[in-house]
Amino acid sequence: MEKKQLTLTKAAFLLLLVALVALGSKTAQAGSPSSAAREVKIDNFSFTPNTLTVAAGTTVTWTNSDDIPHTVVSVDKTFKSKVLDTDDKFSYTFTKPGTYSYFCSVHPKMTGKIVVQ
Amino acid sequence: MPDYIVHDHNHDGIDRRGFLKCMAWAGTGAFCVLQGGVLKSFALNQVYGQHADSLKGELSFVQISDSHIGFNKPANPDVIATLQAAVAKINALPTPPSFVLHTGDLSHLSKPEEFDALDQVLKGVKTSRIFFVPGEHDVLNDNGKQYRERFGKDTVGAGWYSFDQKGVHFIGLVNVLNLKAGGLGSLGHEQLEWLERDVKHLKSSTPIVVFAHIPLWTVYPDWGWGTDDGAQALTYLKRFGSVTVLNGHIHQTMQKVEGNVTFHTAMSTAFPQPQPGTAPSPGPLKVPAEKFRSLLGITDVDYVRGRHSLAVTDSPLAI
Repeated sequence: MEKKQLTLTKAAFLLLLVALVALGSKTAQAGSPSSAAREVKIDNFSFTPNTLTVAAGTTVTWTNSDDIPHTVVSVDKTFKSKVLDTDDKFSYTFTKPGTYSYFCSVHPKMTGKIVVQ
Repeated sequence: MPDYIVHDHNHDGIDRRGFLKCMAWAGTGAFCVLQGGVLKSFALNQVYGQHADSLKGELSFVQISDSHIGFNKPANPDVIATLQAAVAKINALPTPPSFVLHTGDLSHLSKPEEFDALDQVLKGVKTSRIFFVPGEHDVLNDNGKQYRERFGKDTVGAGWYSFDQKGVHFIGLVNVLNLKAGGLGSLGHEQLEWLERDVKHLKSSTPIVVFAHIPLWTVYPDWGWGTDDGAQALTYLKRFGSVTVLNGHIHQTMQKVEGNVTFHTAMSTAFPQPQPGTAPSPGPLKVPAEKFRSLLGITDVDYVRGRHSLAVTDSPLAI
């Protein structure tokens, strides 16, 4: 008699566990853009995407895939990377809404924008 | 057999059509010298066989540029070797240069070991002195502090300066600092004011040579090949009878003659870059091995006192 109860409890527990996991993953998939990381690729002397719109709290990561070093410097001096050689990365977390224009201080014709909502 | 050009319509000792013809040849390795008011040109393979006196002006110097020590991608995995080839080329000139000008991008990432390696190679140049101006790759992370400590002794402000040699006034300018978003090269107010004062009391007959990294004239703005306030600098030099502007940055030769001003850009000793508009961006250009060394090189400049223009000749590492 006891053994049957235990097995039932185990099954119920397992079922609950599975249900919770399913629910959990669904929540993750539903997407919370505010905490997802976003990327900007640097290649061929340009930033792609050139204008990136993100929610406040997002961390943006720039990756230099070009064969020449570049930098990421905001016009209003909010953020400034060290020089990035090929495959180097720079990240910045945007907490305040606004439009952040930036450029490469080595090749100033390269410009980009992060719009934080 | 030298090609004597003898049409002297303006009675100033310059055969302009011949001069332009000579300048056009320069890209393929011709050597032009002004002697006794007559322009003589020689194909480069003849130059090395000529008696040194027949090629001598009163002052000769060499320009090298864009050595990018530290670069190691496919376009050139060994920039030290090609710089050494350029040094060998300088040392093989029939007239040893009085000095050498390096028009910037000495290093690729402004690293101390890159500057060290450059110093080591340049110790082999047979000349009395090497003068430098920085490129944007030499002033990363520290606004040029390290560059100035090593190569900017006796300079003013961010690294500009002038000096005289055999009656020619040389001016080294810095146009790679404080660059603005979306802009080109920049000289800035302080440097422009210094330049105006520097040339103020010179006689208009003084030949002027200006050297800076980014072209002072607008070559191709989309790729940043120009200087926002370059035109302002040139207004201070307008009255001079002979102005030669020597630049680097674009890793290819380009020439323009405008009145008394001759603009000239040098090849890199490290890697070529594409011609304006022929590629998505101005990055390092990988070319077939057999073509590679013909796109790198040095520039030899010759001056004869009393003549209007300096003779500027580009010499590739290989033809």
